Order: sequence, then C-alpha cells, then structure tokens
Amino acid sequence: MKELSEAELKKIAFNCKKATFLIEKQQIGKITLKEKMELKIHLAGCSICVTFMQQSAVINQAARKLFNPDSMELKLDEGFKAQLQKKINNQLAI
Amino acid sequence: MLIKDPGIDTIDNKPVDPHKWVSRYADYLYTYAAFRINDKDLARDLVQETFLAALEIKGNFEGRSTEKTWLTAILKNKIVNVYRSKSRGLVKGVVATNADDTDAGFFDNNNGHWNDQHRPVEMGIEQADALENKEFQQILKACMNKLPALWFAVFSMKHIDDETTEMICNELKLSSSNFWVIIHRTKVNLRSCLQKNWI
Repeated sequence: MKELSEAELKKIAFNCKKATFLIEKQQIGKITLKEKMELKIHLAGCSICVTFMQQSAVINQAARKLFNPDSMELKLDEGFKAQLQKKINNQLAI
Repeated sequence: MLIKDPGIDTIDNKPVDPHKWVSRYADYLYTYAAFRINDKDLARDLVQETFLAALEIKGNFEGRSTEKTWLTAILKNKIVNVYRSKSRGLVKGVVATNADDTDAGFFDNNNGHWNDQHRPVEMGIEQADALENKEFQQILKACMNKLPALWFAVFSMKHIDDETTEMICNELKLSSSNFWVIIHRTKVNLRSCLQKNWI
C-alpha cells in the first residue's frame, strides 16, 4: 500500500467532516482500504469524532427501536375499523 | 406488554383470510405507517388502501411469507410512493449544489473541523442505555420529524427498514454520491439536534 504523504496526513488528521462521512459510510457500506487507514489515523487523534461514532451507532439503534410497531402500537379508531372491515366484506361479496 | 397471538406469525399455507384482516393487522399497519410518514390521517388512508390493494391480488399470495409480512410489504410500497412524491423536486434544491458548500455550519469550510456549537460532546448516550429512556426517544422522534422529507425518507429506508442502497437510489431517483451526502448530513444534523435538546 502506498504511504501517505505528510500533506495528506495533515489533511486527514484535521478533517472531521471527511472522517464523519467515512464513519457513516462504513456503518452501512464498504469503504476502501485507504479510507479505512485514513479513518483509523483520524480517530487515533480525534476524540471528538470517536464520540460522534459512538453516538451515531446509538442513534441508529434508538431509531430502529422507536419505529418498531411491536414495541408501541398505536390504535386506530374502532369506528373506522368497523367501516373498513365492512368495505372489505363488501368487496369479497362481489 | 403486548400479548401476541401465536397463531398470527406461524407460516402455513392457508389462504388469506380477509374477514380477519382488520382485527388482526389494522393497528399494526397503522402504527407502521404512522411512524414512517408522521401524518396520522394519511397513515389511516394507507392502511385502507393496503387492504383494498391486497384484496385485488390475494390470488397471488403463495403463503411463502406470513399474511402479516405480505400486507406489510404492500404497505411499504405505498409508503415509498409517499416518500417519492414528498421529495420530488427537492433533490435539486437539497443536494445538487456542490456538496462541500452545504453543510450549514457544522464544519469549518476551510479545514473540515467541527464548528464550536456543533462539536460532539458526551451526552451520556454513548453506552446505549439511552435506548430505554422515553424522553430520549421522544426527542429523537422530534428531531427526525424536523428533517427535510427526502432526508427522512433516506434515513428511515436505510437505517430502519434495511433497504439496499441501490433500491433507495432507484426509488428516490438519487445518485449514489447524493445518497451518501444525505446519509452523512442527516446523521450530523440529527446528532446535533439531540445534543441541543437532550443536555
């Protein structure tokens, strides 16, 4: 693998925008080996982005939990439901 | 606690039973839709449309999934249509400009470093026990509802429904690079909103 030049290293070490982009991409897709290395270097020197990474993962889990209909079911109005079943039954009778 | 009817989830080859649909699945489908489109009236309409569409094609149901999964798939399709129509015309305005200029102050434009007010600090949620915290969940929901329609669609299809990137790009007419820009900006935005409202 090609070594990173000093200028490239500097760019990575300070670029939180790029690092967070790679963090998000890595969570759901693939990043290249070079990108992996860049991210590793960045995270080794940036505790802020490490915090971002942890929080990002928690947000994903929390959102998934929040949207699971089995965990908190809303109720449709009973009148609406009765009407709806009637509509279905009518369709079935045709 | 919800007590589940064990009969509902078992896979069998019985034909569909539309006479039981409303009592068995209406609340579930309504909840599923209401969380994803944040519009209860529209969610209700979609449940009705789902059942009526399912009636039309019930001959095709092969019993390879449960009735519930099958109905949910039909509903999902309708939700994607809503996402598509809500975000139509937004793609250009939101991401077509140079992606580097559009981070709305989260990062320093010159060096990509966090700007002060958006810089992540520990919120006490890093160890995942926030998942059980109702207040945290409510704030997250409020923050999600503030997202632009297209971002919300991308986020929920990817992170909640595990759709493939190809499918999402196809359905919402996004290029792959636009997709990644939205994924990134949505998360930075959500996280910042949580930090602002949680601590």
